[in-house]
Amino acid sequence: MVSRVKQLVVYALSPLLLLSFVGQLAQAQDAHASGWSLLNMTEGVTGVSHDIYDLHMTVVWICVWISVVVYGVMFYSMFAHRKSRGAKASNFHESTTVELLWTIVPVLILIWVAFPSTKVLIDLYDTSEADIDIKVTGYQWKWQYEYLGEGVEFMSELTTSESAIYNLEPKTEFYLSEVNEPLVLPVGKKVRFLLTAKDVIHAWWVPDLGVKRDAVPGFINETWAKIDEPGIYRGFCAELCGKGHAFMPIVVNAVSEEEYKVWLADKKEAAAAIREMAKQTFTFEELMAKGEDAYNRSCASCHSGDGEGIPGAFPALKGSAIALGPVAKHLEVVVNGVGGTAMQAFGGQLSEVDLAAIITYERNAWGNDVGDMVQPIDVLKFKQGQ
Amino acid sequence: MAHGPAKGIGRWLFATNHKDIGTMYLWFSFSMFLLGGAFAMIIRAELFAPGMQLIKPEFFNQMTTMHGLIMVFGAIMPSFVGLANWMIPLQIGAPDMALPRMNNLSFWILPFGFALLASTLFMEGGAPNFGWTFYAPLSTTYAPDTVNFFIFGVHIIGASSIMGSINIIATVLNLRAPGMTMMKLPLFVWTWLITAFLLVAVMPVLAGAVTMMLMDINFGTSFFDAAGGGDPVLFQHIFWFFGHPEVYIIILPAFGVISEIIPTFSRKPLFGYSSMVYATSAIAFLSFIVWAHHMFTTGMPIAGELYFMYATMLIAVPTGVKVFNWITTMFKGSLTFETPMLFAIAVVILFTFGGFTGLMLAVAPADIQYHDSYFVVGHFHYVMVAGAVFSMSGAVYYWLPKWTGKMYDETMGKMQFWIAFVGFNIAFIPQHFLGLAGMPRRYADYALQFSDWNMVSSIGAFMYGAAQLMFLYNVISTIVSGKPSTEEKTWEGAQGLEWTLPSPAPFHTFSTPPKVK
Repeated sequence: MVSRVKQLVVYALSPLLLLSFVGQLAQAQDAHASGWSLLNMTEGVTGVSHDIYDLHMTVVWICVWISVVVYGVMFYSMFAHRKSRGAKASNFHESTTVELLWTIVPVLILIWVAFPSTKVLIDLYDTSEADIDIKVTGYQWKWQYEYLGEGVEFMSELTTSESAIYNLEPKTEFYLSEVNEPLVLPVGKKVRFLLTAKDVIHAWWVPDLGVKRDAVPGFINETWAKIDEPGIYRGFCAELCGKGHAFMPIVVNAVSEEEYKVWLADKKEAAAAIREMAKQTFTFEELMAKGEDAYNRSCASCHSGDGEGIPGAFPALKGSAIALGPVAKHLEVVVNGVGGTAMQAFGGQLSEVDLAAIITYERNAWGNDVGDMVQPIDVLKFKQGQ
Repeated sequence: MAHGPAKGIGRWLFATNHKDIGTMYLWFSFSMFLLGGAFAMIIRAELFAPGMQLIKPEFFNQMTTMHGLIMVFGAIMPSFVGLANWMIPLQIGAPDMALPRMNNLSFWILPFGFALLASTLFMEGGAPNFGWTFYAPLSTTYAPDTVNFFIFGVHIIGASSIMGSINIIATVLNLRAPGMTMMKLPLFVWTWLITAFLLVAVMPVLAGAVTMMLMDINFGTSFFDAAGGGDPVLFQHIFWFFGHPEVYIIILPAFGVISEIIPTFSRKPLFGYSSMVYATSAIAFLSFIVWAHHMFTTGMPIAGELYFMYATMLIAVPTGVKVFNWITTMFKGSLTFETPMLFAIAVVILFTFGGFTGLMLAVAPADIQYHDSYFVVGHFHYVMVAGAVFSMSGAVYYWLPKWTGKMYDETMGKMQFWIAFVGFNIAFIPQHFLGLAGMPRRYADYALQFSDWNMVSSIGAFMYGAAQLMFLYNVISTIVSGKPSTEEKTWEGAQGLEWTLPSPAPFHTFSTPPKVK
């Protein structure tokens, strides 16, 4: 008899263990937690992300309480109604009252959940009256940020090295979540994101901002965030977009409004300087050096570092008719892309200097030996001639 | 009149007997299960630690895609068709399936469909690499040329499914023994009948989707290309109009199996039979009108978003009814825990857990954080594996004595169950944590904070994989050297026509229809 009571207590307690586990889980929401303590959703740093977190925890607790009841009854039967304990089977097999009850009660619970969900969703969709508009464009496999109306735009790309990925050198703290240039945003301002893509569908996800929205080629989606605390927030592409899907992270640097203004002014100056550089003339060696660098950043992920491409998916540039043929055609392909294929139009993505350097490099690297070169001014003329 | 099977290979090539065809379906689906499982092992081995160790990201994408396609279309769906072939005639007192030659065709085109699909692994450009949901334009403009093989493979597999479904509908509606009214049908038959209607309704939609892809790729149309007036999101709407009913196609027959096993080992009739039938029908109906909950982040208008959220939450109601019914069936029963029952109880526990995470995912604002993260991967493996695959394992142990006249080894069966159960949970519980912590799905490599739980998940996956080899061993050793089990009613509490037949069930059964009171 005593052992029976003991066992009953154990069975009754087992759902409670679940409760205590979820309780711990709820406490493990430190935004910078890592490893084993990464158990729950982040509360984030925006009003929306807090609302989402609260909603998430509400539903988690509802599920926990339901499971305590449901699993509790089940474990009780498994213990008390086993044949080995001499249980005789009853023969009941319906009860309208009970069946109505367990249809109506869940409906009521769902209605209870639906109210706050609707409220948060309406808020999440309200992109009106934004202070800043940022256009986010997804590319295979990087993000472009454009500060609309400010004349500032740049590419944000992974900086983790290939050799770290292939375990040839140690991995650093922000392995696969570090970029050359983060998106800089001021805190306390409503930022509207306008999302699109140039090739396939990507999705821009920063958990701490409570933002995830698909970037669909040919369409523009809207969402927004108002960041409460300065800090660096990291996110990822969340829609399968090809082989570099895991390698196009997002880094948002939220700063005070003053810092943001200073940063923006610097960026504007730098943009003017780059435009100025397009009028310079470079030597062959300079172009080749810049070209190798820019090629490895923007082209090598498909055409590979040695120009061999990937058979059946991406053509080789080594010995290719375009790289060895007339410059005009080469410019056309790189600047405007090739419709209906994975070859993007790089004219809007890269500076004239980078484009000139890449084309020069492609015509003279890996045994391609055309011997000519393209100057930034040629690229500018080509673009203007269209 | 009564004669045995043909001799030699002709018995299988020209098979029209529902038991032979059922057997072929079961073996075929199990071989696909091992293939898809091997892909999963490659995925989990690569994800064991951060960094690329074994394969390249492009091959990783091929593995995730092929794992999904093979498991959904090659393993789970045909396995339940095999079960339907074997059990539906036995359970309704029919001599065979209604359309035996079509039955032969629907099985025999399957290996060709999967040969087309799998052959792409050896071609230039590689296998499909755009995920089992093959969203355009990654699967059209940006796909390798081998996508055409994938498209025709899907056409063939779809045709097979449609024929199988027509056959099941015709059999259930026309070949029931006298007295076997609709509301006396075993629940497995009911769930399959409803599933078959779902299949007939949505497989053509899938065929339409891949045909539109074929046109976009080869004939210059722009269904899914904004530059030509199309819309990539249109693809998702079409795909999920197929894809959401598809998940119920996978799970409903599993519900049927559980509704057979639990009463048997509770020695008590199923609680709420008619509410089970209504709940299944309600789930099937709702499955058609909730598809865009897979698309909460695509930027739908808010009205659409709200509608799909409410409709999706509603599915919890009939699903809850089913779970409550199973538990109430066990309540005040006389329970024993043979291997099939262990699997059935595991399904109730784990599927319910998958249902909870499903309810969480239904809440659209929260889904903004869950969507396309590992949380979703965890969720649907709880439903697909712990729901469908576990119930399939239970079904095999449950009916194996009827099929072979031999009894499996109970200790080995239980051992396999526990390894599978523990391995499964170790593999997939951590994936929920990973997703909540911000790890997206379909990632070939990941940031360092995700390392610990990924390693745990991989260890669990290897364990679960090993359990399947043990399952294969158990089945084969039962067939080869199992203890004879020739009584008609293998299980003390079993009810239903199949348990009035000798074990093993003879080649031809119910040539004269039984009388059902």
